Amino acid sequence: MKKLLAICLVLALALSMAACGNTPASTAPVSTSEAAVSSEAAAPAEGKVLRIYCWNDEFQRRLTEFYPDYDDTAKTIGDVKVEWVMTPSDNNAYQNALDEALLNQATNAADEKIDLFLIEADYALKYTAADVDVAMDVVKDIGVTAADMAQQYQYTRDIVTDENGVQRGISWQGCPGVFIYRRSIAKDVLGTDDPVEVQETMANWDKFDETAATMAAKGYKMLGGYDDTYRTFSNNVSATWVNDKNEIVIDDAMMKWVDQTMEFTEKGYNAPNILWAPEWAATMGKDGKTFGYFGPAWFIDFVMAGNSMDVATADGGKAEAGNGAYGDYAACAGPAGYFWGGTWMCGATGSDNVSLIKDIMLKMCCDEATATGLTKSCNEFANNKKAMNAIAASDYGSAFLGGQNVIGAMAASADTIDMSKTSPYDQGLNEGFQTAFHDYFNGSVDKETALANFYKEAQVKYPELKIPA
Amino acid sequence: MSQMTATPLKKKKGISYAKWGYIFIAPFFIVYAIFSLYPLLSTFYYSLFEHYRSGLKVIGPYFVGLENYKALFTGGDLLKYAGNTFVIWIMGFIPQIIVSMLLAAWFTDLRLRIRAQGFFKTVIYMPNLIMATAFAMLFFTLFSIGGPMNDILIDLHIISQPIDFFARTGTTRGLIAAMNFLMWYGNTTILVMAGIMGIDPSLFEAAEIDGATSGQAFRKITLPLMRPILIYVMITSMIGGIQMFDVPQILTNGKGAPNATSTTLVMFLNNHLFSKNYGMGGALSVILFIISAALSVIVFFAFNYQSDKKGGN
Repeated sequence: MKKLLAICLVLALALSMAACGNTPASTAPVSTSEAAVSSEAAAPAEGKVLRIYCWNDEFQRRLTEFYPDYDDTAKTIGDVKVEWVMTPSDNNAYQNALDEALLNQATNAADEKIDLFLIEADYALKYTAADVDVAMDVVKDIGVTAADMAQQYQYTRDIVTDENGVQRGISWQGCPGVFIYRRSIAKDVLGTDDPVEVQETMANWDKFDETAATMAAKGYKMLGGYDDTYRTFSNNVSATWVNDKNEIVIDDAMMKWVDQTMEFTEKGYNAPNILWAPEWAATMGKDGKTFGYFGPAWFIDFVMAGNSMDVATADGGKAEAGNGAYGDYAACAGPAGYFWGGTWMCGATGSDNVSLIKDIMLKMCCDEATATGLTKSCNEFANNKKAMNAIAASDYGSAFLGGQNVIGAMAASADTIDMSKTSPYDQGLNEGFQTAFHDYFNGSVDKETALANFYKEAQVKYPELKIPA
Repeated sequence: MSQMTATPLKKKKGISYAKWGYIFIAPFFIVYAIFSLYPLLSTFYYSLFEHYRSGLKVIGPYFVGLENYKALFTGGDLLKYAGNTFVIWIMGFIPQIIVSMLLAAWFTDLRLRIRAQGFFKTVIYMPNLIMATAFAMLFFTLFSIGGPMNDILIDLHIISQPIDFFARTGTTRGLIAAMNFLMWYGNTTILVMAGIMGIDPSLFEAAEIDGATSGQAFRKITLPLMRPILIYVMITSMIGGIQMFDVPQILTNGKGAPNATSTTLVMFLNNHLFSKNYGMGGALSVILFIISAALSVIVFFAFNYQSDKKGGN
């Protein structure tokens, strides 16, 4: 009898353990819609809370600087309270959080609803699709006119336009990528730091490899990590990640990245780091032995500027030449054209702050003065042709790039960006592909295993995807 | 008061207090039914459905029978992750139980009379008070390729090149096991001490008089009489091992790298639930339940096999 009782206890223990692991899915609230409707009717025309979903503080910083009505200390715009909900984008966490919130959008109370959310190129299609209808029509619902957006680069509008021609998002930046290199290392190894001459040493991948060998011979690393050239290959694919049969397609360009990175790793041309790792970021500083990085304009301001400084701005350091490697950089086009990232803002369907959203969109994305300011004070490549062309023609020079004016080169590149090869799965698959092949680069597995691991991980992340036979 | 008005016939039967017993234990069963039994049964139920989210669209639930289980077993990963979990658990458990027994034996040994016991007991329990995630972050920073551990080893000329601890199976698993060991040996020591102190001291005295060495006393008296507490330690540690999640998740940034050799079963479950795949998640939970129930029963019987023999050997 005692034994029976003991077994029961053991089972109960195990039962409760197993039960913890799962959340029943069937308990979505359905009864709150009435309450939401009535509170909406009672509320004034515009809500008092502007809820913004994003994955880092980039937009908050931009809003603080360029939207005069926004008070970052009080987190208010006039009498409207701004609520920032930030979830890092790692491992699809941001998308999951956003999905959860958007799925409850219809039933949430007015002040709980998302008003504005940010998306990246890697998954823009997921949120701007016509059938999910989570982002408002920028023109019809929000009221930004085509004339307002006339100066924007066409690709920034195309990617967020759904299959019915409805534009559902808007961006303040363009993200044509360049190769950003250390001037002092260029002088030491190549004998010049002039962007035109440096570009000649890496006009194509063969020359890039040769230059990498020269760098290695002098004790420098061509690249800061495994993933640095990833976007130059993944943007030059011949087809999307997933075909119309929901099968994952590995493009030849992707395997070229794998082979090149493995070769660079074996020959010691790159530092064995993973993108965003602290060791990777450290290579950008004064003592870094890394020649260059691939990145677009936001990469300069958001990643490199901070990492290059000896004394961080938070500790009183100034963004000027002489503070670490700040100002010891220059940019050239590099061996292949590409783009990377980019942030779009979408007005969430169901928002009660439409006119405020319209004003933010106009001020941040359609205003020439804002665009000029973004470039001059944030090294940003702004989404405004007129402003960019004017800066390209002016004597503007970026302090970070040692006085170089790279806007003209970026503008030329922005005109050629083609985002037709993106799919809604890009973020998860790009991240998974890189992670799976890190094991290959550091020698833990062979290529086939890495690929198999990628497929497995992709199917767990996206159950609907299939592996081609 | 009601007894006063009751008929004499009923009074003869006596008053039953049994119902109060049931009322007093009822809260546990009610809470258990709502928060454990119902979710458990619904987990079984959902494991039979195809039910996940594709972007913002919810797919299912469509009834698919045992397809989810089939996919889990034919995928081949389940056994690998179960193996990972077991290997990492055992790597942490063996040193944990040895060190705990040793410490407990020393702390309780009447002849040793260790001073400042309270201090040592507090110190060994300390690591358990740190949040597992914070502890994992600490280890991640300590052992990262540019971290202090590599610096120290290079300065001592033990290694010439920094070791990427998280790019090798052995070191990654070893670190996870080491953290589990550090976090739990104090707790186990306290439990084992409780077990030892529950033994009648006169037995030890008698053994001493009979000329038994401390080793003999430990093997012939302490170990057999500690069996119940050892069963408890073993079962809880095993269930904790199957649930192992936070340390490897944080230490490997959720990747279970390298080559998924430190992905534990619950990390696998987490990956499925992260993509809102309730069907697969449910199926995996059911399998986890069966494994832990089976292990518990096996351990229970293995340790109780001799308990019916009366009169000793």
